[in-house]
Amino acid sequence: MTERNRFPGYSTLAKHDTPSWNAQTRAVVDKRLNDPPPRRFFTEEEWSVLVAICARIILQPTQRDPNVPIAPFIDQKMAENRGDGFQQAGLPGMQQEWRRGLSAIDTEARLRFGAAFVDLPAGRQDDVLHMVQDGDVCAPAWADLPAQQFFKGRLLIDIVTMYYAHPQAWDEIGFGGPASPRGYVRMGFDRYDPWEAVEHA
Amino acid sequence: MPEIVPPAPRGKDGRAPDVLRPGGWVPMRQYRDNDEVDFAIVGTGAGGGTLAARLAEAGFSVVAFDAGPWFRPLEEFASDELEQTKLYWTDNRIVAGDNPIELGHNNSGKAVGGSTVHFAMVALRFRPEWFKARTKLGYGADWPVSWQEMWRYYDEVEDALKIAGPVRFPWGPPRRRYPYRPHEVNAAGLVLAHGAEKLGIKWCPTPLATVSAPRGLSPPCVYRGFCVIGCSTNAKQSALVVWIPRALAAGAEIRDLAMVGRIELGPNGLVAGVHYHREGEWRFQRAKNVVVAGYAIETPRLLLNSACPQFPDGLANSNGLVGKYFMVQSNDAVWGTMDEEIRWYKGPPSLALTEHWNYTDTGKDFFGGYAYMSQGPLPIEFARTLASGRGLWGQALRDAMSNYIHMAGLKICGEVLPREHNRVELADATDEYGLRTARVVFGYCDNDNRLRRHAVLFMRDALAAAGARDIWESESTAHLNGSCRMGEDPATSVVNADGRSWDIPNLWVCDGSLFPTVGGVNPSLTIQALACRTADRIKAMAARGELDRPAASPARTAARAVEWS
Repeated sequence: MTERNRFPGYSTLAKHDTPSWNAQTRAVVDKRLNDPPPRRFFTEEEWSVLVAICARIILQPTQRDPNVPIAPFIDQKMAENRGDGFQQAGLPGMQQEWRRGLSAIDTEARLRFGAAFVDLPAGRQDDVLHMVQDGDVCAPAWADLPAQQFFKGRLLIDIVTMYYAHPQAWDEIGFGGPASPRGYVRMGFDRYDPWEAVEHA
Repeated sequence: MPEIVPPAPRGKDGRAPDVLRPGGWVPMRQYRDNDEVDFAIVGTGAGGGTLAARLAEAGFSVVAFDAGPWFRPLEEFASDELEQTKLYWTDNRIVAGDNPIELGHNNSGKAVGGSTVHFAMVALRFRPEWFKARTKLGYGADWPVSWQEMWRYYDEVEDALKIAGPVRFPWGPPRRRYPYRPHEVNAAGLVLAHGAEKLGIKWCPTPLATVSAPRGLSPPCVYRGFCVIGCSTNAKQSALVVWIPRALAAGAEIRDLAMVGRIELGPNGLVAGVHYHREGEWRFQRAKNVVVAGYAIETPRLLLNSACPQFPDGLANSNGLVGKYFMVQSNDAVWGTMDEEIRWYKGPPSLALTEHWNYTDTGKDFFGGYAYMSQGPLPIEFARTLASGRGLWGQALRDAMSNYIHMAGLKICGEVLPREHNRVELADATDEYGLRTARVVFGYCDNDNRLRRHAVLFMRDALAAAGARDIWESESTAHLNGSCRMGEDPATSVVNADGRSWDIPNLWVCDGSLFPTVGGVNPSLTIQALACRTADRIKAMAARGELDRPAASPARTAARAVEWS
């Protein structure tokens, strides 16, 4: 997908060595960019389904190379079992939800379209994801994992969280990015500081 | 994930981190486990941190415990949403009920300073009538304290935190001006202002606990906008930078990374101290009094987990009310797209607000009130709102996120009614310490839903009047309150007005658990005001030799006098 860039030339990373980024922020973001975690939690099969799902949930511009990695950070969250602080009663917990959910989505693809999820064309993959989102599912695995709840509360949340933690995601929406010790001065309507993104109509 | 987290306790060896100076230390008095300290306080947030400072300053020996680490904000807080999840209490808790609540990022802290380390700094007083909600407004329950008394303690806390707010606050009884001048209202706040003025209601710059001018080693707020994931400049006047240093200077000891697992009841029917886990082992601190200040989930959890033969259902729980009447606040929001660039990531997230519907009773089909405030979510939080609230993904999500710098939003802090059914109880699962985890049951009642609907419709009009288009809604909750409520009657409350247990006279509660009703404003200022009041009450009772006698209640003074003689 090609897309018009509303903030041409803007890069939060370009502020890396300015007063907008303190040392601790540099350390954290540098590690995220330079050292994506290896796969530890998901099986190879689960991993390939997850990667395919991430590509449909977050459409990354084709002119971008390489894409922002998402799956490695979800794997890391599962491997370290870092929950968000709550678990819905009746659900099996974050790790099991992901494992069962990926397997159920793949089964759903095979039942509905006769092929593994990763082998479906993008439009068909979207069809499967919409079925899961709407609870219009027939794979038996959903009996223990409410499809809509999994899609909204686990799948979407984890994927968008990891994507919007990346400086390239910040750049494309015009977010100012890290800001400490230097914050902002101009706060009114249509006002921006020289270190902020300039929007092009 | 790469994390900048203290690997081991820092409050030890006679010193504590000086959070206001990079690499600095300050001396800290220390007690031995065998010392019978006057007060062991569990939790160091708005309740426990405040109380630790005020009791130490009154000359009591104090040890306060926190399960979380002792961060140095200047060196360890990054401008990064993922990294800063380290501030949240993310231990697993089960959520259930008709409207299971989300826990963690916006309601549960795990650090010295508690949730104030990542709170939104909104510093509002209760409406006076709320302290007598049952008598004056016909719903909920009366508080056992008067608004006039609370007003004095609000004065104290606003001064202690140097709240930055308007010269004239538009609602409620006349009051003095705020200690520091208000912050400039950003474009997101001006959207609220324009909408309010078009609809003919008042608004004002939000009173905030972040300084608008230098204060000691706190620089004025630089409007970096990452407030709710931790302030890296110390402009924010959290318990971590205000009350904890005061507590240390007055001789209190703070033990970080110290999880209290059980309160011990002695053979005399009084609590004898706390069992806590630190540096790989369980230890026992003796104390003449124990104060539980772990917020409205961990406080009842600790009392319930401290069950013993004399109190098989949990300490202070002879009437079965520990954990009951748990309340959140509804946090519904409306969002819209503006033609202007708003860039809501700049400045504290809620720089403007209206309390119109807290102070107006006409035109409502519900009990209670709500404030609403301007918004400034960072990218991850906003993307999560779009994903979970609207179910957007793929191209639809991209399109919605591409309007990020043109978005404006209004969100309520809405009152929910106290209901016994909403509760904190123990789950079957255990945590890393072998302690049973909490199960939180919550559901809105019809009244709560009418309030939410009223708010959303009104805010839709306000946002449209300010020029927003493509308006949509989201729902969530904020804050944790109730669950160990205070009252005048031992049959219908867990503690008295001083936070003192009816069952066990040297066991106290000091946090948001105390609230009999929750009101339509953020609770932190009221929690701190109550803590200051409790400290003064303890000081007065100690001077009269009353700390060794049980809490008096109008309802059972006579019966108890015989029992304890």
